[in-house]
Amino acid sequence: MNIFVCVKQVPDTETKVKPNGDGSFIETDAIKWIMNPYDEFAVEQALLVKAANSESTVTVIRVGGVKDTEALRTAMAMGADDSILVEAQDNLDSYSIAKALKGAIEKSGKDADLILCGKQAIDDDCLQVPQVLAQMMSLPSVAVIVGFEQDGEKITVKREIEGGAIEVYEVNSPVVLATNKGINTPRYASLPGIMKAKRKPLQQLSLADVGVSDDDRRVKYSDFQLPPEKPAGKKFEAMDEADAPKVVAEVVGLLRNEAKVI
Amino acid sequence: MAKVLIYSELNKGAIKPVTLEILGKLTGQEAHVAVIGDLADEQVKVLAEYGAAKVHKLKGDNLDKYSPEGYTHALNDFISKGDFDYVFAGATSAGKDFIPRLATSFDAGVASDCTNFLFEGDTFHGTRPLFAGKCLAKVELQGPKPHFVTVRPNALGMPEEKTAGAGEASEDSVNAGEIRAAIKEIIASANEKLDLTEANIIVSGGRAMKNKENFSILNEFAEVIGATVGASRAAVDSGYAEPSMQVGQTGKTVAPSLYIACGISGAIQHLAGMRTSKVIVAVNTDPDAPIFTKADYGIVGDLFTIVPLLTEEFKKILD
Amino acid sequence: MDFSLSTEQKEIYEMVTKFVKNEIIPVAAKYDEESIFPTKEFKKAWELGLVNTCIPVEYGGAGFTTLDSVIIGERLAYGCMGMNSSFMANDLALLPIAIAGSHEQKEKFLKPFTEEFKIASFCLTEPANGSDAGGIKTSIKDGGDHWIINGEKMWITNAGHADLFVVYGTIDASKKHDGISAVIVPGDTEGIIVGKKEDKMGHRSSDTRGVKFENVKVPKENMIGKPGEGWSIAMKTLDHSRPLVASSAVGGAQRALDLSVQYAKERKQFGVPIAKHQAISFMVADMAMKVEAARLLTHKAACQLDAGIRNTETASYAKAFASDSCMQIATDAVQIYGGYGYSKEYPVEKIMRDAKLIQIYEGTSQIQRLVIAREVFSK
Repeated sequence: MNIFVCVKQVPDTETKVKPNGDGSFIETDAIKWIMNPYDEFAVEQALLVKAANSESTVTVIRVGGVKDTEALRTAMAMGADDSILVEAQDNLDSYSIAKALKGAIEKSGKDADLILCGKQAIDDDCLQVPQVLAQMMSLPSVAVIVGFEQDGEKITVKREIEGGAIEVYEVNSPVVLATNKGINTPRYASLPGIMKAKRKPLQQLSLADVGVSDDDRRVKYSDFQLPPEKPAGKKFEAMDEADAPKVVAEVVGLLRNEAKVI
Repeated sequence: MAKVLIYSELNKGAIKPVTLEILGKLTGQEAHVAVIGDLADEQVKVLAEYGAAKVHKLKGDNLDKYSPEGYTHALNDFISKGDFDYVFAGATSAGKDFIPRLATSFDAGVASDCTNFLFEGDTFHGTRPLFAGKCLAKVELQGPKPHFVTVRPNALGMPEEKTAGAGEASEDSVNAGEIRAAIKEIIASANEKLDLTEANIIVSGGRAMKNKENFSILNEFAEVIGATVGASRAAVDSGYAEPSMQVGQTGKTVAPSLYIACGISGAIQHLAGMRTSKVIVAVNTDPDAPIFTKADYGIVGDLFTIVPLLTEEFKKILD
Repeated sequence: MDFSLSTEQKEIYEMVTKFVKNEIIPVAAKYDEESIFPTKEFKKAWELGLVNTCIPVEYGGAGFTTLDSVIIGERLAYGCMGMNSSFMANDLALLPIAIAGSHEQKEKFLKPFTEEFKIASFCLTEPANGSDAGGIKTSIKDGGDHWIINGEKMWITNAGHADLFVVYGTIDASKKHDGISAVIVPGDTEGIIVGKKEDKMGHRSSDTRGVKFENVKVPKENMIGKPGEGWSIAMKTLDHSRPLVASSAVGGAQRALDLSVQYAKERKQFGVPIAKHQAISFMVADMAMKVEAARLLTHKAACQLDAGIRNTETASYAKAFASDSCMQIATDAVQIYGGYGYSKEYPVEKIMRDAKLIQIYEGTSQIQRLVIAREVFSK
């Protein structure tokens, strides 16, 4: 099987995120870039499928800026066979990224049997690329998968929807799948793996090489801001049992309408 | 005036509230609503009340169950016959899944999970969170139309004033096309208790719980709101709760969206375990308890009165 | 001079940091409290290639430089100096074989460590001879076609779990240093009597015992180098192992510093976070300077070795400075945490207890000063 995994490099979750001077994006100087956590599950799933299917290869693709520690090398250290970097700015929109991924896959000369992505990138949280890519490539897709089983060409996956319910899909490869946390336990890149990854191929392409230009942008961002400060805590008196029901109703209302946590 | 279509999902035959939230913000635009399948007359009336000019019931084979390809093809079928400027949907599981495919079938883009928007004339301007909500940004769409937008449920809020629309209902026949990835079965949620460290909502009890049996009040509450029950070290040391339930310096560190501390004073060791919770609610009889300095909403009251009331109130609001 | 790590070294650093965060830190306090040997974590670390970093490529090793192994050691110690002692002890035992062993010895004894998870112990110190290592009494007698070992070793790391012992003894006590020899002793050899586990102040997850050798027989081929070459083998080994141990102190110190910074930002006294009080911020500044200086000394000692330059002096600087700094930094961390620092509920008192040992083993801070003074005055 020819397996492709799409990964993104994103700011570490613990990074302090600040709008840049003109609000066009965030400040990227002091950022620690990591492999998007949901993509780790995709890489691991690809490696598991490779192990279960003889003569399979795993190619990892990333669209984004050149980085000091490259997520593609981490994926190859985990066991991926080769990788492609499409060099681009880090704030492309989902449409452009998907188009670039499609271009890179087609340029590889290999017919994709399985394309794996993480369900979302934790920088823009758009949850679009896997589906857009599938539509562009005229392939079926199932996203937010927490279970995977394969029987030859037939693939059965479990998709998680709201309320924790599971939709079980059956689909034949080729298909695009977007992984959620819990589908597997991503392996560590072993240190020998890291040393071996140095010798595995990392092909670098430009956006033009994969047929993407500025005209492909569909979503434009501006005016990046920090969210409004949390208001000071509100305290309600309810020692008198008569007051209690009203206070409780008010607090629950605030939780729904102000804090928006329920 | 922009011609806007809202794809609306149903929950047990009723229009999901996010549709009404969106309609509330489309005053001045020509708002259409589309559902897949049938829609009861009083639901059409509700849509009209909130501003829908037209309500389209889309019917076709193989659409009784959700499928990304089927819904994409069916909506593409319908939208292609009209000349909509914008297509909106709630950022629900299904919305987040097939709207990107649908948009791509028009070579168009999606502004996803918007938490606010307005129209300047007939142009959409949205706001959405990025970096797990650490940043907000303005978002606009460009390129081929229609432009697509998904909206986070509950973010806009229901409109305070409603402008009614004609609510003219009609049926349209649509084609689901070839469906390659189909649902074989649906497994209902097992309602498994999530581990504290993974839980989205946590209810914790402290020394004021007085005994182990009283934790059943918290269990009941947790059942209703889908929470996991935790405890302070004082409660665990006194034998009221299992050590595995302990939240704090020597217990578990948790980061839920909502943390409700019942009868917990808020000593520094406990705070260490839960201070990154998004929203903190505290219930304590002592108005000077340290937990109130960290709580977003504090209730000075007896947990044995307050918690059952909370359970009832949540039951009402979540049904 | 470029002080930055290579891309691979950065990747190694990231990977070990992740491993430590997920596997070591969550269990460190419990293993310390209950004195539990980290078999599971040790095996996992071995599977990921974090252990036995000294084994050369020709014998199945990963081909790490000393600098690479020092980076790995620092990050492992960041999680727990005690667990790192156990992992590092493998290298301390295998280094003499890697440095001075014959090809057959390396094949027979190093290679299996890359194929299977095994634990090793390095035996030099005796109950009556620690710093005065030249005076060790364990005898290695010629038995014809084998060596016979008799003696008692003390403070042996991993002793309760070792598959292999590398033992220093003397073929003739009267010859002092010139009698010292090193032999490889498989763990299942008859006559090895492992003592009870010592109840220690720190490094409590590390298994430390006395080991008696009663007429332990090993084949003649098991001696590393020639009889009497043991002392020089030991000295060469120290050039490798002192930077490793220093890196352990750097890791522990960094952890103490990070925990102090975190606490100082949160703890409020007199209306402000204590980080705003100069008494605290100056302490932290001193801690930060010392960690970085210790790290740089350690890296220099490692780089010199990799470059084939004699690093004995730098290795001593690194070991002495890093371990002394770690002790100071850990003590200051407890101070910054105040009352909470004194409680076992908070992680800093463990670091202080662990830091003490690093000033003692692998050549005490006092011995290091002897070495350094001798080097300085000889010029």
